[in-house]
Amino acid sequence: MSAAASTASTSAVSRFSGAQHRLLAFASLIILVAVFSFASPNFMQTSNIIAILQATSVNGVLAIAATLVIITGGIDLSVGTLMTFCAVIAGVVLTFWGMPLGLGVLAAILAGAASGTLSGTFVAKLKIPPFIATLGMMLILKGLSLVISGTRPIYFNGTPGFTQISQGSLIGSVIPSLPIPNGVLILFLVAIATSFILERTILGRFTFALGSNEEAVRLSGVNTDRWKIAVYALAGSICGIAGLLIASRLNSAQPALGQGYELDAIAAVVIGGTSLSGGRGTIIGTLIGALIISVLANGLRILSVAQEWQTVVTGSIIILAVYTDILRRRRL
Amino acid sequence: MTALVVMKDIGKSFPGVRALHNAQLELLSGEVHALMGENGAGKSTLMKILAGIYRRDAGEILLDGKPVEINSPRQAQDLGIGIIHQELNLMPHLTAAQNIFIGREPRKAGGLLLDEAKLNADTAEIFASMHLKLDPRTPVGGLTIARQQMVEIAKALSYRSRVLIMDEPTAALNDAEIAELFAIIARLKAEGVGIVYISHKMDELKRIADRVTIMRDSEYIGTVPAAETPVEKIISMMVGRTLTDDRPDIPDHSKSETVLEVKNLNRGTVIRDVSLSVRKGEILGFAGLMGAGRTEVARAIFGADRRDGGDIFMHGKKVDIRIPQDAVRAGIGYLSEDRKHFGLATGMDVRNNVVLASLARFAGPAGLLREGAMHDVAARYIDQLAIKTPSDRQEVRLLSGGNQQKIVIAKWLLRECEVLIFDEPTRGIDVGAKNEIYKLLNALAQQGRAIIVISSELPEVLRLSHRIAVMCEGRLTGILPGGASQEEIMHLATLRGDAANQNKQKTAKGEAK
Repeated sequence: MSAAASTASTSAVSRFSGAQHRLLAFASLIILVAVFSFASPNFMQTSNIIAILQATSVNGVLAIAATLVIITGGIDLSVGTLMTFCAVIAGVVLTFWGMPLGLGVLAAILAGAASGTLSGTFVAKLKIPPFIATLGMMLILKGLSLVISGTRPIYFNGTPGFTQISQGSLIGSVIPSLPIPNGVLILFLVAIATSFILERTILGRFTFALGSNEEAVRLSGVNTDRWKIAVYALAGSICGIAGLLIASRLNSAQPALGQGYELDAIAAVVIGGTSLSGGRGTIIGTLIGALIISVLANGLRILSVAQEWQTVVTGSIIILAVYTDILRRRRL
Repeated sequence: MTALVVMKDIGKSFPGVRALHNAQLELLSGEVHALMGENGAGKSTLMKILAGIYRRDAGEILLDGKPVEINSPRQAQDLGIGIIHQELNLMPHLTAAQNIFIGREPRKAGGLLLDEAKLNADTAEIFASMHLKLDPRTPVGGLTIARQQMVEIAKALSYRSRVLIMDEPTAALNDAEIAELFAIIARLKAEGVGIVYISHKMDELKRIADRVTIMRDSEYIGTVPAAETPVEKIISMMVGRTLTDDRPDIPDHSKSETVLEVKNLNRGTVIRDVSLSVRKGEILGFAGLMGAGRTEVARAIFGADRRDGGDIFMHGKKVDIRIPQDAVRAGIGYLSEDRKHFGLATGMDVRNNVVLASLARFAGPAGLLREGAMHDVAARYIDQLAIKTPSDRQEVRLLSGGNQQKIVIAKWLLRECEVLIFDEPTRGIDVGAKNEIYKLLNALAQQGRAIIVISSELPEVLRLSHRIAVMCEGRLTGILPGGASQEEIMHLATLRGDAANQNKQKTAKGEAK
């Protein structure tokens, strides 16, 4: 029937366009890389590429956490300060209490999960809008980090293996010519695992379903509150991983750090084509978005463009990325 | 005497629907003219044309005997035609005066500043002419619905309206408020304003209307004097179409097991003491006018809205339903009239919507989804219910209304619900697909499911139902056997207040017999 044929073709268009946006983001990444390598011979150096990847690791992991919440139709403003809070918790367990490395890692991730559970409960049970609930959590966590640490950085000198979490290179020890730091490896592992959860598991399916039409899911007899809290908890534990990465890189938990990171993370998510209204989004897109931000920062620095201008460019890219997405959807 | 308004041979089509055909209306100065008809008869469309909201495709409109073009609400206002919609259009945070003069506020200081004092004085003057005691500076959000309606009327009068259209103005009012409204209508009438009054309620009509124009199936049926014409005559003019012939034989369910029983369901003034039951294999039709509380009853049974009181039994055992999850666990499925908002995740594909209520069943260890099994199930339902879709990966928003409805049905069939509550199952579905849905509902009943069908279309209720429950204003006004006539249903659907209680006792006696 012709109606069926026409619906089939519109679907093809929509799917093509969905991939198209990711392709567009990917193409912009390639173009950026090409432009910068043409402009400066230093850009394509292995050491510089590794520096870019290393710089992406923390924001990338945070952006993955933010992606999960944004797909449910929510927003998480607490990812940055939660990251710091988790780093401080690791510092307490490892440096103050002198526990073994594994326990510190576990504590950081559990602290993230606990905070996420709390945010999720505020949103799902108390019906506080995600923006407000996580804004509150952002400030609470920032304050708690300062209180717990006594406003001073906690150094990890007593735990020699700690810096290896981000800086060591498992890949480099096997393939010496490819000294990719563990931080980058962890970013990709988190991306693959989260992608798997989103695409293949029941939690992932409900993440999309909540963002697509929460009321329909509730009226299907599904305990939407429980699933929503689970998503926030998962996002929180991913922030715990980001906390470990940043603490490892600085060999310290810096309690004053963190605020502002949530905006970079959300920027990466948006550039990567995830809809802030929920229901749509991919981890690969977010990864590309995070890379675009780091490549821009790195490339502009190499070209000696002033720091002030870098943020102007990033801001423009966000607006451009979202506008192309709107154009794409208007065409449907 | 020249009529104030004459609408002649008005025609209007929307894509795929003929909304009006040769519709007419004659309104005199100082007349209250009731416009009656079933839901969807075309009353509101005709009035929206008069108010400039829609443009007519054919026909002519005369104002004081002179032909006029009304192309926008603004033009209608300039001609002195005001409309008060069923849903009020007020800005709750602004005051009554600010609402009334929105966009035409009096200015001072050469137009730079708003003249609040004049604004309030002008409003007070209008209120005084209506004998309405209300401070123009009151924010309307805090007013009762009735008072907000008065503000709307004042707004219409501020345009010096000579024609006032009221679309079911008493739907949300209590008796005292209705009396207040009628008093104002009487005063406007005395001043020569012509009022078109859309209502479903027979008793109101008798109280205030001078003449009644009846519409049916988008067409003009006739105009009769309100006082002399018996209610039965008006109802028969409203429903007079020939009944669909293929009404099914009504099976006898009196010996079947009662699956769902609801006792004394209450929620505020929306649901008042509703009790009903459905047996295995039975289709219980739920008739009533818009706003009678049928959807509310369904949502309360399903746990989608809270209820103040009432017990729900499945197979004679009391079940505690507080949230939809409880209802689904008890074996009750609800198919909303608003599929897009409450039934489907439209951005997701057919497969995921079919399994939405049963997703946990497809999750293996660590929550891993068995897509293969999901595909098989979706494919089975696509085949079984003849869902027209290129594949089970098609996004449901790209499918037609009928196919979307089938997907929601598939969702509940997969969940093995014994009780299915269909709220307006054929709304937004074209005629061919309607028949398919009817067949499907009959088949589901024959398989032993207990089915409740809420429908505002009487032919649909009559065609499907084995028994018919009728509601009016939150009350169950009666339960009729499947072969009931449209007149009997309309009678119960317009039965208000105390009369309803008496009638309930009567039907209860009737059932006992």
